Amino acid sequence: MNDFLMMCWEFFKAGLFAIGGGVVTLPFFNTMAEKYDWFTTRDVADMIAISEATPGPFGINMATFAGYKAYGIIGSVAGVFSLVLPSFVIIIIVSKFLDRFSENKYVKYAFFGLRPAVCGLVLNAWISIARVALVHPENLAAGKLPEFFNIPAIVLFAIIFFCSYKFKKLPPAIWIGVGAICGLLFL
Amino acid sequence: MSIYLQLFISFFKLGLLMFGGGYAMLPLLEHEIVDKKGWINNEELLDMYALAQCTPGVIAVNTATKTGYKIKGVLGAVCSTVGVVMPSLIIVVIISTMLESFAAIKEVQSVLSGIRVAACAMMVVTLIKLGKAGIKDWIGAVIFAAVFAASVFFGVSPVWLVLAAIFAGIFSGRSKEKRGENRE
Repeated sequence: MNDFLMMCWEFFKAGLFAIGGGVVTLPFFNTMAEKYDWFTTRDVADMIAISEATPGPFGINMATFAGYKAYGIIGSVAGVFSLVLPSFVIIIIVSKFLDRFSENKYVKYAFFGLRPAVCGLVLNAWISIARVALVHPENLAAGKLPEFFNIPAIVLFAIIFFCSYKFKKLPPAIWIGVGAICGLLFL
Repeated sequence: MSIYLQLFISFFKLGLLMFGGGYAMLPLLEHEIVDKKGWINNEELLDMYALAQCTPGVIAVNTATKTGYKIKGVLGAVCSTVGVVMPSLIIVVIISTMLESFAAIKEVQSVLSGIRVAACAMMVVTLIKLGKAGIKDWIGAVIFAAVFAASVFFGVSPVWLVLAAIFAGIFSGRSKEKRGENRE
């Protein structure tokens, strides 16, 4: 299949199977990075950084950036369109025919299984990001264990994690700002 | 002003003002379409939000689609969906273009590394939230562990894991229900 259409198809699948919000698109983008040469896992880490730091729904920012990496502006428009299309159609159908969809017994049951599964998928995605953000995997391969850990990054990670967990009410933009400034000074 | 244009503008504003996940959207949405426009009431908003969460895709976009559809049918849904997506498209494309030209600069790389670390830390907070809401009994823990192992060690596609999890959820819900009936 044509590579561009393949990208649209992969984004479509992500839009169809990412149930539980924008963050659930992450495992799909990660899988794409491993399977195709549109973008790398490193790019995905950058995409997350940019998506968190810019306004707009996280999943849409991810799709825009990923599409841009793959095929420029056309890629981002096609990517966002493909990602949104399945949920658009499903919502219209559900609104038209299934009045109390979210209260349906089987929909509720499905979420017994979906919620923990989503945790597992996002945890896996997080590990790939942490490999880029917090350690230097190439040094482990070379047998240099001390150089494996990116100490300043890990310290910054611990501080931001602690603070953002402690002060959940504060807007996330603050932590992005802290990260940006500390990155400029220490990383 | 035409209702379609109003829908587009209202959701464009929301897309421009919201940061992060769909949960950040609710207060903004309430202010714009319940208090200011009076298109729907608070209860309807919560219903829409519930639907947006249990349908696939990005919650903020789903909420936009559903609201637009409720107010003005399919064309309304198109206007609100395009509206909420548009700011991201414009802003992220501009940033990606700039990033391409400035990526070689050392300072840009440092800032990006810092934001990456921050995003990584914030994801842990999200994960804890997801875990608390999702892993409530041993069945949940087993599904979590199985999905994690299958994706990390065997590289199983998330598509199959999501489908498997839906079936596992329905199966365990059904059997819980049956056990409940037996006790009665």
